[in-house]
Amino acid sequence: MATASPTSLRPGLWRRLLRRPAARAALTLLAGILLCTLFLPLLLNADPHATSPAALEAPNSTHLFGTDVNGRDLLARTLEGARISILVGLSGALVSLFIGTSCGLIAGYVGGRTDALLMRLVEVLYAIPRLILIILATFALDPLLQRWLAPIQQGRWLGYSKIAILILALGCIEWLTMARIVRGQVLSLKTLPFVQAAQALGQSHSRILLRHLLPNLSGIVIVYLTLTVPAVMLDESFLSFLGLGVQAPQASWGTLLSDGAQALNPIHSHWWLLLFPAAAMSLTLLALNFLGDALRDALAE
Amino acid sequence: MLAFLLRRLLSMAGVLFCVITLTFLLVRLAPGGPFTRERKIPPAIEKELLARYRLDGSLWEQYTGYLADVLHGDLRLSTKYRDRSVNELLAQSLPISALLGGGAFLLAATLGLWLGSVAALRRGTPTDTTAMLGALGLISVPSFVTGPLLVLVFALTLRCLPVGGLNSSWSLILPTITLAGPSIASIARITRTSLLEVLQSPFLRTARAKGVHERRILYVHALKVALLPVVSYLGPLAANLLTGSIVVESVFNLPGTGSFFVNAILNRDVFLLGGVVIVYCALLVTMNLLVDLAYTWLDPRIRLEN
Repeated sequence: MATASPTSLRPGLWRRLLRRPAARAALTLLAGILLCTLFLPLLLNADPHATSPAALEAPNSTHLFGTDVNGRDLLARTLEGARISILVGLSGALVSLFIGTSCGLIAGYVGGRTDALLMRLVEVLYAIPRLILIILATFALDPLLQRWLAPIQQGRWLGYSKIAILILALGCIEWLTMARIVRGQVLSLKTLPFVQAAQALGQSHSRILLRHLLPNLSGIVIVYLTLTVPAVMLDESFLSFLGLGVQAPQASWGTLLSDGAQALNPIHSHWWLLLFPAAAMSLTLLALNFLGDALRDALAE
Repeated sequence: MLAFLLRRLLSMAGVLFCVITLTFLLVRLAPGGPFTRERKIPPAIEKELLARYRLDGSLWEQYTGYLADVLHGDLRLSTKYRDRSVNELLAQSLPISALLGGGAFLLAATLGLWLGSVAALRRGTPTDTTAMLGALGLISVPSFVTGPLLVLVFALTLRCLPVGGLNSSWSLILPTITLAGPSIASIARITRTSLLEVLQSPFLRTARAKGVHERRILYVHALKVALLPVVSYLGPLAANLLTGSIVVESVFNLPGTGSFFVNAILNRDVFLLGGVVIVYCALLVTMNLLVDLAYTWLDPRIRLEN
């Protein structure tokens, strides 16, 4: 039986995490990427949508990452892609965190028929290919949200409807594993003396759930959150590649990569179109995966 | 055993029913129909078309009619590929996707197991570090980047494999590798973790004390137990390969089922989409059942009745 201690965020975790060179490297890289994404656009002052006659220029001093078919600066585009991809990844993971944790907590704590029903639902959703569910959801919900957004400020927010739908759809699909893990932990935590003591003292169910069980789950939840972010980002890039995700002129790493991949041929080698977005995305995913692994190891230590 | 199988088959039918309902309702309720074009078609013709594809009447009538047809094995006509039945389209494209997916499945399982065991046995050595770094790298690069890169190297520069399309069985090599890549990495990671855990367990010490040959300890005793988490990953693996094949078929221009899936959505081709979704779900549900059966075979402590 798993003990409760390694699943909570104990005080020494941060120190144990930083002892690992891989974790240090991943954290530095992530901090760097986040800072660039947030502040570099302000410094550069380049419009990612501004076209220019300088089409398909190789990287040079004015366009550090080169330009694309429409003469748009690839550095500005990559930074815009970073903003959208990270936004979708983080918010999607948070949505899945919320659904997964509450579902797992309730299933594990209440047990009985509720538990059976919720786990049945998880099983059914597991049986449906994930991408199909996401695509169907975006496909059905997007027109609804667009109709709803259209009258607000002359449709200024219309471009964001697809992104919002992506976040919701990805979040609503990715929570399954989280729910299972949280439920398993709650099942073993529930039998421990401190929960029984709280129950004997007559504390309310919600207080036991939020004050006693949730803090003890924080560690494992954080680990899976770190691993869900790259999964969501990868799913988003698949959708954008298939033309079902972020719509032009907005760019995500997925759309940039699919443009770059199509421009790859030996006659006109526009390698920069693929290299820079691919490097940015892969490094971010790699760092997140590394961090998740290191966190898991540090928790188990 | 029989009761378990029957119950699973029933729940599989339930899942399929839910998925068909969901797909049909979502596509039919979303604005825009299969015959909505830039240029408006005359109402009389549209009415005729809808009647021909049995998309007229109330939503309930359409839905029950479709369900009845599906139960009879008739997946109806595609609205985009005019005059071709969905059964025909699937029969044509499914073997290609099955070959691609099956190949990637085998490749991922064998290569992943091998890499993971090697890494676990040489824990802490440069071999281990390189293998695991490579695995993380493979997981972090989307397949629509590895695909074009492989094409650039093997098809365009070295000229030893075809670029895309489906002309010979050689055309399937690069797509299979592209599709299997991330799964090789996942399996290698799981195998390594689980084998490392098993290698420390007391029953191996007993086996050694008895004088069992080291190779037999590894391949027969340790690997059989270490396989459990890998086998339970085979279900999600099948799901990942299905998803991946949609992307890979589009990268390599393969006329497989996955390419129909995306087109069907973009064209609101209800019946083609329904057909593809039914096939995919049936495959996945069957795969999950097989995984559960394999699990009990490997670990007799797990009972099917639970």
